[in-house]
Amino acid sequence: MTDIVERPQGVASRGAALGVHATEEAQKRLKRRYASEWRFRAYGLTAILISITALAVLLWSIVGQGYTAFTATTMSLTVTVDPALADPGGKRAQDDLRTGDFQGIARAGLRSVFPDVKERSDLRALYTILSNGASDAIRDRVLDNPALIGQQITVRIPVASDYDMYAKGFAAKTPKGGESRLSPKQIAWFETLKADGKIHSSFNIWFLTSGDSRQPELAGVGGAIIGSLLTLAITLAIAFPLGVMAAVYLEEFAPKNRWTDLIEVNINNLAAVPSIVFGLLGLAVFLNVFGLPRSAPVVGGVVLALMSLPIIIIASRASLRAVPPSIRQAALGLGASRVQVVTHHVLPLAMPGILTGTILSMAHALGETAPLLMIGMVAFIVDIPSGATQAATVLPVQIYLWADSPERGFVEKTSAAIMVLLAFLLAMNAIAIFLRKKFERKW
Amino acid sequence: MSPSLVFLAIAALAVFGFFLGRRRVLAMEGTRIRASIHSLPSYYGYYMALWCIVPAAAVMALWFVVEPTIIEGLVLSAMPESYRAMSANQLTLVMADIRNFAYGNAGTRTPDPAIADAVRNYHGLHETGAWIVSIVGACLGVAGFAIGFWRINPQMRARNRVERFAIVVMIIASTIAVLTTVGIVGSLVFESMRFFTKYPVFDFLFGTQWSPQTAIRADQVGSSGAFGFIPLFTGSLLITVIAMFVAVPIGLLSAIYMSDYASPRLRSVAKPVLEVLAGIPTVVYGFFAALTVAPFVRDAGSAMGLDVASESALAAGVVMGIMIVPFVSSLADDVIHAVPQSLRHGAYGLGSTKSETIRQVVLPAALPGIVAAVMLAISRAIGETMIVAMAAGLAANLTFNPFAAVTTVTVQIASLLVGDQEFDSPKTLSAFALGLVLFVITLCLNIIALAVVRKYREKYD
Repeated sequence: MTDIVERPQGVASRGAALGVHATEEAQKRLKRRYASEWRFRAYGLTAILISITALAVLLWSIVGQGYTAFTATTMSLTVTVDPALADPGGKRAQDDLRTGDFQGIARAGLRSVFPDVKERSDLRALYTILSNGASDAIRDRVLDNPALIGQQITVRIPVASDYDMYAKGFAAKTPKGGESRLSPKQIAWFETLKADGKIHSSFNIWFLTSGDSRQPELAGVGGAIIGSLLTLAITLAIAFPLGVMAAVYLEEFAPKNRWTDLIEVNINNLAAVPSIVFGLLGLAVFLNVFGLPRSAPVVGGVVLALMSLPIIIIASRASLRAVPPSIRQAALGLGASRVQVVTHHVLPLAMPGILTGTILSMAHALGETAPLLMIGMVAFIVDIPSGATQAATVLPVQIYLWADSPERGFVEKTSAAIMVLLAFLLAMNAIAIFLRKKFERKW
Repeated sequence: MSPSLVFLAIAALAVFGFFLGRRRVLAMEGTRIRASIHSLPSYYGYYMALWCIVPAAAVMALWFVVEPTIIEGLVLSAMPESYRAMSANQLTLVMADIRNFAYGNAGTRTPDPAIADAVRNYHGLHETGAWIVSIVGACLGVAGFAIGFWRINPQMRARNRVERFAIVVMIIASTIAVLTTVGIVGSLVFESMRFFTKYPVFDFLFGTQWSPQTAIRADQVGSSGAFGFIPLFTGSLLITVIAMFVAVPIGLLSAIYMSDYASPRLRSVAKPVLEVLAGIPTVVYGFFAALTVAPFVRDAGSAMGLDVASESALAAGVVMGIMIVPFVSSLADDVIHAVPQSLRHGAYGLGSTKSETIRQVVLPAALPGIVAAVMLAISRAIGETMIVAMAAGLAANLTFNPFAAVTTVTVQIASLLVGDQEFDSPKTLSAFALGLVLFVITLCLNIIALAVVRKYREKYD
């Protein structure tokens, strides 16, 4: 910037001396221009701050609602395994034991803690503290060791969701803004148990390992995680080789003609087709024409593979294009065939970029929900899937299903499931960034 | 004996074939046939391995694809007369039932005897089929191994053959994209045609009533079924417009600020923030919209004396806008960076301030790209499903009031096809007609966007 250093001496009017840019009017105009410059900057900054705030509010609301789901409120309950209830037949056969009235045993155990509760309606209110997990826990213990029948055992069982919410301090905050669903009596009983040291709060391993359930305190994302992994494995197994081969062909071998033009236009358009349309494709072709099983990870994997294929192809082509031609020419000059040039030189050099693109597209596929709704992965599935043709659900669909449930317990579970999903995505993105940082080459 | 075990065995044989082929050609070199080998020894190994595995794998894959059709045909033809007399539609349901029992997805229901027989038959046929394909696959593997072994000699151009095979495989891989498009268009058009035989096209495209609940029994009253597309389209449009009002200014301004004003420190914060926003799954945005934003909008509206539905278009639109911000911003960033630096320098040299340069030089130069970016963003917003499925409702209101509940094309597709459906009712088929319209709209937007870019891109170099 050049300032006017020498000013003419002895001139009366400054304005005249400095020319048109120093008049009152010009000063005003300049001020206005600078003001508008400042405003423009402020708009830009506001836009960025809005994005940051939106992300912060989103994460804060989800973490704030979800972090409590990683602890579970459990109760130690001492029960007497009454032979009359556990094994009325008295044969100690596994099948008989499976159908024993373990809920009755748990209730008896609870009654013995509160001997002065006699009224039927009071008892019914008292039993609500037991979740369905109580009888399961006792049954598992007895099935493992039938000798326990007739003895006194202590089990740790999750308490019902309403009590869990109360213990975590959400009692007054049911989703509809109403009062706690617990009566003062129930709260008093719960407080008694707590004062006796029978209520514990521990890490909720159940949430990460078990399948879905209608009871919030028993519901877990284990089944959904396994389903997601199975689906993603199939997606990767299909999309990665096909995508890389297609990219290599289009970038290194394809002649420039109408057919390859058509392929390219197709790939670019497929990348912008709404995901739900891929779901319609899966429903019409894979389920109705080929008769593949509904809700199965194998179908979900194929649909997601078709969806991520264009993304992988585009990323791989960019990465192949970044390898300088001199490498190809050198290899050709040394007598390599065109396929050898690609497999020995170009592909290894492009691989980090291809892998980064693939991981990012897999992260995208992991969060995809809509096409999987179409092929029936929304079923309520309790069992953890053990194979790719079994009915399964995936993490985002599980989130969608739980988000529809009105119980406060499920709001917490949904947020926690989102945290698990985001953790997976974060890990995948971190790997991609690491790969890019470690292997990135500037030619 | 399962086909997958056989396949593993063949794969092992192929690996063995690789080493054997390599050894064999080296052993033959210069002995029986006095010649040096044409290709590198490993190509002979590959040659043999390919002969071993490709025919067997192809047959087994083909079987995997056609098996359900064949078995189901056999199962159905073996069923009692009463079942065979059913319509194709009922048979599909029966078959689905059999499949559910066979795969153990039916829960604890007990099947009726005919179905139970069919399930047993299904299992039996499945097993027989597995045996046949295993034996055929094994034979082909061994035969291929033998052929490969027999054909190898040092003069064979193994490298050329292996490479030709590789290129054919790559060509096949690259046509998958075309096949996918064909599959999408084919299935959408086919199912839509079936829908339009039951419901007139004109009523679909221009009807203003959407109530897909058709009567299940003939004597049911009320739900007659109306499939007018207009209310869904206006719903999609309304939410998209709201989303664009959020996404375009924020996305564009943040792109400008990031490229021209931001300090490195701010950029190192803001860039990851936008990347994280782009990476968050839509179902998470949907949950956020339904649980946090929608109640907030409703409360804020009622505090101002407005009547806001609890599933208002505004909440869904705003959250969708936030979702699209990174998309707009990254596209705009590319476009702004494509404007040559010399234009900016020229403007600075004439005494413009930074904002004047941007507004009067950079943005006009980048305008076609920005228009294209906005069109791509619109196409994304129209095709977005989860946010609207969770935060907007199912009520098909023909309104432009952002505080009312509306529904969108994508939500209706999802809600029509989730759960059990029968595949002949106009209700189910209408989802495919909606999908076709959605596909056409997004395709047009994309094509126009690309055309705009191509037509108005100024060449500065």
